[in-house]
Amino acid sequence: MKQNTYRRRYLINFAALLALFAAAVVIGMIGGSTVKLKLTPSIWQCSYLIIMAASLNLVLGFLGQLSLGHCGFMAVGAYAAALFSLALQRAGFYTEKAGPAFFLVLVGSILIAGLAAALLGLLVGIPALRLKGDYLAIITLGFGMIIVNIINNLPFCGQQGLGQGSASSALYATGLGFSNDEKMRYLWVSVLAVILCMTVMFLFVRSKYGRCIRAIRDNEIAASASGIHVSYYKVLTFTLSAFFAGITGALYACCNGALSTSSFAFTNGSILNSVFIVVMVVVGGMGSLTGSVIAAVVLFLLNYTIKNGGWVAALPAFLQNIFTYPMLVYSIALIIVILFRPRGIMGSREFALCDVPKWPGWIRTHFTSRADSAGKGADTHA
Amino acid sequence: MREKNTPILETRKLGISFGGLHAVQDFNLQMYPGELVGLIGPNGAGKTTVFNLLTGVYVPTEGTVLLDGVPLNGKKTYQFVEAGIARTFQNIRLFHDMTVIENVKAACGRDTRYNLLDAVFRTPRFWSAERAVTEKAMELLSICGLEDSADVLASSLPYGRQRKLEIARALATDMKVLLLDEPAAGMNPTETAELLSCIHAIRDRFGVAILLIEHDMSLVMNICQRIQVIDYGQAIAAGLPEEIARDPKVIAAYLGE
Amino acid sequence: MNTFIQFLITGLRLGSVYALIALGYTMVYGIIKLINFAHGDFIMVGGYALFFCIPVMLGLGLPGWLAVVPAIVICACVGMLVELLAYRPVRKTGNSLTCLITAIAMSFVLENLAQAIPAIGPDPKVPYTLFAETVSIGGVSVSYATIITVVVSAVIMAALYGFTQKTRIGCAMRCVAEDKAAATLMGINVNHTILLTFGIGAGLAAVAALMYVAQYPKVFTTMGATLGIYAFVAAVLGGIGSLPGAVLGGLVIGVVQSGANTYICSSMSDTFVYLILIVVLMIRPAGILGKNVGEKV
Repeated sequence: MKQNTYRRRYLINFAALLALFAAAVVIGMIGGSTVKLKLTPSIWQCSYLIIMAASLNLVLGFLGQLSLGHCGFMAVGAYAAALFSLALQRAGFYTEKAGPAFFLVLVGSILIAGLAAALLGLLVGIPALRLKGDYLAIITLGFGMIIVNIINNLPFCGQQGLGQGSASSALYATGLGFSNDEKMRYLWVSVLAVILCMTVMFLFVRSKYGRCIRAIRDNEIAASASGIHVSYYKVLTFTLSAFFAGITGALYACCNGALSTSSFAFTNGSILNSVFIVVMVVVGGMGSLTGSVIAAVVLFLLNYTIKNGGWVAALPAFLQNIFTYPMLVYSIALIIVILFRPRGIMGSREFALCDVPKWPGWIRTHFTSRADSAGKGADTHA
Repeated sequence: MREKNTPILETRKLGISFGGLHAVQDFNLQMYPGELVGLIGPNGAGKTTVFNLLTGVYVPTEGTVLLDGVPLNGKKTYQFVEAGIARTFQNIRLFHDMTVIENVKAACGRDTRYNLLDAVFRTPRFWSAERAVTEKAMELLSICGLEDSADVLASSLPYGRQRKLEIARALATDMKVLLLDEPAAGMNPTETAELLSCIHAIRDRFGVAILLIEHDMSLVMNICQRIQVIDYGQAIAAGLPEEIARDPKVIAAYLGE
Repeated sequence: MNTFIQFLITGLRLGSVYALIALGYTMVYGIIKLINFAHGDFIMVGGYALFFCIPVMLGLGLPGWLAVVPAIVICACVGMLVELLAYRPVRKTGNSLTCLITAIAMSFVLENLAQAIPAIGPDPKVPYTLFAETVSIGGVSVSYATIITVVVSAVIMAALYGFTQKTRIGCAMRCVAEDKAAATLMGINVNHTILLTFGIGAGLAAVAALMYVAQYPKVFTTMGATLGIYAFVAAVLGGIGSLPGAVLGGLVIGVVQSGANTYICSSMSDTFVYLILIVVLMIRPAGILGKNVGEKV
C-alpha cells in the first residue's frame, strides 16, 4: 500500500481519537449526577478492561501462547502504584488529591506500575516461554498464583493492607483510591491511557514485530528457519503485554478504594479474573485488537445491565437465578462463540474507520458466502 | 564473483546420533557458489536430517558446518539463517494465517533493522525500511510467479503455489545457500516444469548454491550438476549425474541387495 | 518425631487424593492432549452426588460408602455429557488452544450451574461422616479414612495400569492416544473410546470425592477448583499422560504442601507447590516421568 493511503488512515484515526479525548474532557467538565454516579465509574472500569483484554491479546491472539496468569501482572501494577503514591504522600510530596503535584504522582504511579509489571514479565517470561502450549498455560498459572501469594504475604501490602489498618482506608489515604468526584475530574486520564496504550499496541502489531510474532504463532519452526529470533520476540511480546497489564493495575488502583489480592486470582466471584480476560480476548477475536475493545465494552455493558438493569427481573425465575451467576452466562457464551466462530467474532480482522464506507458491500458478501472463516480455525488439530 | 576454490558451504565429518542410532555419520560436502547439488537416497536415509543439521535445527554430535569458511558450531537456527543458509520444508510450513506478501516480509529480518521506538513513532527509518521490504517482497513473489496473489491468505493458495511461496520466503533471507527439501513433491508435471525454471532463475539471478533433496529422478538428473547419495546416514557415492546413475552401490541402495 | 510422622501422614493422605484426581487428568490428556479443566468440577459433582446418596443408602440399611456407586455413575454421565456437548464439537472446528479455552469455560459452567440449581445452592453442605474411627500407629493416631484413601489410590492405580496395558479396550485407548487416524483405519471407534475415557476419568473423580469428603466433610460448589488445580499440577509434575507419574506427582504435591504447612508457614504453601512445579518443568519440560516428544521437522 502507498504511504499516502497510510497518511489518510492515520489522519482519520487521529481525528477520531482526538474527538474521543475531547468528549471525555467535556463530559468530565459538564458533570451532573448521572455522569458522576454511573457513566464515569463505568468508563474507568471499561478503560482497564479494554487495556487488559488487548494486552492479553498480544500474547494469546498474536503470539499464540495462552497465559493464564495475566492478572498477576495487573496485581503487581496495582500494588506498585499504590505503594509508590503512598511513599510520596508520606514523604510529603502531596497532601490532597488535586493540583500539579498530585497529577505528577498519578502519571508517575501509572508508569511505575507498568515498569514493575514489565520487569516481572521479563523475569517470568525468560524461563516460562521455553515451554509451549499446555505447559506454558500451566506455568503462567503457577507464576500468577505465586505472585498473588507473595503479595499477600508481604508485610507492607498483605491482606492487612499496605501496612496500616484495612486495605481500603490505606488506599484512600494514598490518594489513588478515587471518589466519584475525583474519577470525574480525572476522567480524561483514563481515556487518554486507553488511547495511548491502544495506539502503541496497534503500531507494534502493524510493524515487523507484529509480522514476526504472528509468524511464530502460525509456525514456530518455519519462523526460526526464516531468521526470526523466536525466543527474543516471545519474551519481548510477553514483557510488553505485562507492561500494559501493569498500567491497568494502576488504573484499577485508582478506581477502587481497596486492594485485595483476591481480585487478581485465577478465578473468583467478580468478573475481574484471568479467565474473564481470556473470555474477552476470545469473544472479541484472537488477533484483533479492535475486537478486544469491542468485547471488553460489550461484556462490561452486559455485566453492568445484569447487575443494575431491570430486564433481568422481567425474566422467569429460573433464568433470573442463572443471571445471579454472570460467569455462567459468560462461559456459555464463550463456548458458543468458540463452537461457531473458533477465531472469535472479529477473527483477526480489525475494525477500521476508513473501511466504514465499504461496509454495505462487505456485509452483502459476508452473508452470501458463509464459508469465509469456517476452515481457517481448523488447522493444527492433527 | 568469488574464487571457485573456496567452498561456500562445507561440512566436515558431520554426524548426529539419537541414542545409539547414527542417523547421519561422517557426512562431507562441499558446495560452491552457483552450484546446484542434488542430495538423494532411499526413504529414511537421513536426507532431511542432513538439512536439519545444516540449519541448526539439530545440534550435530560430531563434525562442523562451515559457511564461507566460518564454523557455525553452537549457533541457533535463526543465526544459521542470518549467516546465510535458508531452507524449505518437506511438509509445507507456511504462516498460514498471514497473507502471501506478509509471509515473505516476515523473513526479511535483514532489511528491517529498525527498533521498537522506530515502530512506535513511525520514524522515517521505519517507513523507508517498510517500503524497501514491500518492494523486495513483490520482486521475489514475481520471480516465483506469485505476484498476483500477494494479498490472499497463504492457506488459501493451491498446493503447488504454497511450495513456491516457501521458496520465495527462503529467498527473502538473502541467503548464500538454499536448501530445498523435496520442492516438487506432490506436483504435477506442468507445475514441476515451472518449478524447474524457477530454480534456474534463482540460481542465475542470485548466484547462490542450491542443495536439493528430491525423489523425482528425472528432475534431479536434469538440473543438478553434482549428486550426493546417502544411505543409512552415510555418503555412499558422489559425482556427476551420469556417474551416479551407473554406480552399482547406488543401484543396490535403491533396489536392495 | 511425632510432628514428622504426622506431617508425612497428612502429606500421604492429601497426596493420595491428589493422585486419584490426577489420574483422571492424565487419562484424558493422554488420549486427546487436552487439559480437562472441568475435571476438578467432576469432583464437586461427585461430592454432591454423595451428599444426596449417602442418606438414601443408610435408609436402605446399606453402608454409607456404597453411595459411591451411584456417584460414579452420575459423574461418568456428567463427564461424557461434557465431552459430547462441548469438547467433541470444538475438536472438530478448533485447534488445541480453543479446546483448552473450552475446557476452562466448561469448568466455570459446572461451578456456576451448580450454584444456580436451588437444591445445591452456593452454601456449603456437610455430608454424613464416613470412616471416622482412628487407629494408633507408633503413637500417632491415624483415621481409617487416611488408610483407606492410600490403599484405594494404590489399588486403583494398579488396576488402571493393568486395564490400559492388558485389556482390549485399554489397548484401543493407547492406539487412539498414539494416532487417531491410524486407529480409525484399524477399526477402532475413536469417538467411543474417547467417550469411555471421559467416563472412566469422571468415575475416578467420584471415588476421589468419596475420599475427600471422608476427610474434610464439607461439599461446596467451588471445592473442585482449588482441588482440581493442585491435582492437575500434580499430573503435570509427574508427567502428564503417565499413570505412575500422576500418582508420584500427587504424592509429591501432598507432601510438599503438608511440609510447608507444618514447617514453614501455611499461607505460603501455594508458593511452594507452584515453585516445585516451575522448577521441575524447567529441568524436565515434560514432567518427572513424562516423555518429551518434540515436533518432527
